[in-house]
Amino acid sequence: MAHGPATLADGWVKYASRWIFTTNHKDIGTLYLWFSFAMFILGGAFAMIIRAELFQPGMQLIEPEFFNQMTTMHGLVMVFGAIMPAFVGLANWLIPMMIGAPDMALPRMNNLSFWILPFAFAILVATLFMEGGGPNFGWTFYAPLSTTYAPDTVNYFIFGVHIMGASSIMGSINIIATVMNMRAPGMTYMKMPLFVWTWLITAFLLVAVMPVLAGAVTMMLMDINFGTSFFDAAGGGDPVLFQHVFWFFGHPEVYIIILPAFGVVSQIIPTFSRKPLFGYSSMVYATASIAFMSFIVWAHHMFTVGMPIAGELYFMYATMLIAVPTGVKVFNWITTMYKGALTYETPMLFSIAFVILFTFGGFTGLMLSIAAADMQYHDTYFVVAHFHYVMVAGAVFSGTAAVYYWLPKWCGKMYDETMGKVQFWIAFIGFNIAFMPQHFLGLAGMPRRYADYGLQFADWNMVSSIGAFMYGAAQILFLFNVIRTITHGKPVNDPQVWEGAEGLEWTVDTPAPYHTFEKPPEVK
Amino acid sequence: MLKRAQALFLRSLGALLALAAVGKANAESAASQLNMPQGVTEVSQAAYDIHMIMMWICTVIGIAVFGFMFYVMYAHRKSRGAVAENFHENLLVELLWTIVPAIILIVMAIPATTALLKVYDTENADIDIKVTGYQWKWQYEYLGEGVKFMSELRTSQDEIYGREPKGEHYLREVTEPLVIPAGKKVRFLITGNDVIHSWWVPDFGVKRDAVPGLFTSAWAKTDKVGTYVGECTELCGKGHAFMPVVVEVKEQEEYDQWLAAKKQEAAEYASTIGKQWSFDELMAKGEEVYNRSCAGCHAVNGEGIPGVFPALKDSAIALGPVEEHLRVVVDGVSGTAMQAFADQLSEADIAAVIHYERNAWGNDMGDITQPVDVLNYKQGK
Ligand code: HEM
Ligand SMILES: [Cu+2]
Repeated sequence: MAHGPATLADGWVKYASRWIFTTNHKDIGTLYLWFSFAMFILGGAFAMIIRAELFQPGMQLIEPEFFNQMTTMHGLVMVFGAIMPAFVGLANWLIPMMIGAPDMALPRMNNLSFWILPFAFAILVATLFMEGGGPNFGWTFYAPLSTTYAPDTVNYFIFGVHIMGASSIMGSINIIATVMNMRAPGMTYMKMPLFVWTWLITAFLLVAVMPVLAGAVTMMLMDINFGTSFFDAAGGGDPVLFQHVFWFFGHPEVYIIILPAFGVVSQIIPTFSRKPLFGYSSMVYATASIAFMSFIVWAHHMFTVGMPIAGELYFMYATMLIAVPTGVKVFNWITTMYKGALTYETPMLFSIAFVILFTFGGFTGLMLSIAAADMQYHDTYFVVAHFHYVMVAGAVFSGTAAVYYWLPKWCGKMYDETMGKVQFWIAFIGFNIAFMPQHFLGLAGMPRRYADYGLQFADWNMVSSIGAFMYGAAQILFLFNVIRTITHGKPVNDPQVWEGAEGLEWTVDTPAPYHTFEKPPEVK
Repeated sequence: MLKRAQALFLRSLGALLALAAVGKANAESAASQLNMPQGVTEVSQAAYDIHMIMMWICTVIGIAVFGFMFYVMYAHRKSRGAVAENFHENLLVELLWTIVPAIILIVMAIPATTALLKVYDTENADIDIKVTGYQWKWQYEYLGEGVKFMSELRTSQDEIYGREPKGEHYLREVTEPLVIPAGKKVRFLITGNDVIHSWWVPDFGVKRDAVPGLFTSAWAKTDKVGTYVGECTELCGKGHAFMPVVVEVKEQEEYDQWLAAKKQEAAEYASTIGKQWSFDELMAKGEEVYNRSCAGCHAVNGEGIPGVFPALKDSAIALGPVEEHLRVVVDGVSGTAMQAFADQLSEADIAAVIHYERNAWGNDMGDITQPVDVLNYKQGK
């Protein structure tokens, strides 16, 4: 390669075109990561509005109608805008470097799959400013609230979801193609780093269920605009059908979110334990069986919808079983640490917190799988607490750990360890103050998606809001730390960066050159 | 730096404990409640029991797993001189921690199944009550008794918006609670009228979605007389948080009296349906009904919400033939949020509200719609 990428010094037109037309996996990874962080801040702002309104009983700041738009947009933006693109960004940066490939298999499609995303979210967010307001039917958008009773802007929502789906499908096809075809000689499947494995499996999940989501929103579109009655009981349709279709997508979706996070943690824990991952092959099998099982448990989200008892029992048993491979992963992580030589840098702190809090969320998941008890938990704050333990303390903590872990490799500068640790503790404590009380609220009877509540819930809601603000503040510190690392960080030149790090990405120079592995490495 | 983090941790812990103490002090309410209620029925007890079993199992496993982890984190620190070993496989432990959890799960599945069977045991009920979810209220119908009424939030907007202090039963009070007798097995047949709602009474362990076009069933039987409060638990629009469920369990005798009075009320109402109302009587009644049942969408001033809900002021329907107006209100407009009010409002209410819509906000039709017109329209089909 004759010359490197355009920098600001080449003028902003050149610089902007570099990012717009780039087919370089590292550039695209960077774009994904910054985009997802922007969405994380936006979704976080929505959450702050929600928690501010719920700080006290009564309606103080916003109207219930807008409150519903906030809960909906918070969920959609966080799931589709923040978490998923963040892990696609990590995949772009890391998969080629981990398997010894020069780039992704389909670089132009890679560019496209990123650049349609900002449009999808611009459309989605623009609905907030339109007549009728944004989507107000929850991120699960159950019909007929999302069809017959929805604001007209629901059509924009549907369009946005279609674009996101297309982006995800293209991204996944690219990952599958890359992993299957571009591994360096000697990099057999069972030698791939676990992050690559979890992403390969996730990509298959995405390709399988994104079309189902597209089907669901297309049926909505038909019901709303073309007089069909898929989900309209009055026309012979069935609102429950919507839920089956949605959760057939939705349950695998939660594993799409968590599996790459498992992968990240499986890279970081061995590094800071200075000991290889325990039970590598069982980790791979556990991931695959979790992925398979995620297709056959969807109706555990519908225990109160009035399914026949045989259905309830089946979905209960199947859901309980997921705890087995999940447990295997947790035991493997802990045994990796056992008899290692542990140090607690920021990425390790986030990874350990991940193991603890994710497992806690797994326990509440197991409780939720018991149908008779779920009849009490369902659609209360107990469920909200459950999925924030697995998605925030799970996926988001792991994403944060990943950024701290690989940031020195990406930009050749070391982040400020003290600031990282402070951020960790604020995030960890804030998170638990925000979400632990939500278990109590749910058990005591507070339903989710409530703009207002009875006085008996006042205390814990206030505690929860304080914790949420704290957790929000930690993210500002995170942003600050990352930017400061890029501008003022201490230079690192050691390819290895971390004493215990293993894998091909630690064999290339630091910072990683624009093009790596133009000649495939030899893997023994 | 670490010290500072520690101090921060301690301080926030202190704040948390202080707040928790405030919660405890607030004794009368359920403020300090942290756990699922045991409730007053067999089903709620079964849910509570299995919940506690699961919680304890998880607690024990959690203490073991995290205890081991914290030990490792402490003992195998590099700063303590730990040197990493290199083992990374052991088939025996892998098998053990797959099989042992699987066995624990199979054992858990037994009480979980019995509990669920109890929930589904809806046969042989003494009383059937149909529960219908509306945006944003509940309708209760005592099947075979000819008794049917709406149950709506009684808390005022002023309380909600902080213009008045909040009462003791804030958001836990309704115009007319559901009444059931103690000691009888009551079956609830639950459905929705517009969107999906969900009918939840925690103390009964009953939560069932109210899906339009579908009936689900649940049951309750309790000896404990009292008032039990629940909620709507499926997002149903802007009034989702404002449609509580209140159930009163009365002794059989009291229940019989109450039911007899309700029947009497219904009979009296039927006999007055032929009454001719005056223009002003209808306006007054109509305004009240409108503000309660229609203003949520069409706005108090009749101007609706642009782009979402149509205005009635100067609208073609309100200023057109009364037939058409009746059709819209009584039958609803399918495919839109405009529901059929035939079963929600009485003939007098519908007549009054139509009259009001045709003669308020500068709409000036001057005609009169009587309850009997509504009845005729309904029967004319
Ligand atoms: C041991 C593993 C898990 C089990 C047994 C489990 C079980 C359940 C059950 C039964 C529900 C339905 C609760 C209800 O609505 O009443 C639920 C909800 C949920 N779970 Fe999990 N879960 C597990 C792990 C996860 C993971 C890893 C994630 C994602 C990272 C996740 C995300 C969610 C979400 C988002 C919801 C709520 C969806 C909604 O209604 O908005 N769960 N879980
Ligand atoms: Cu699920």
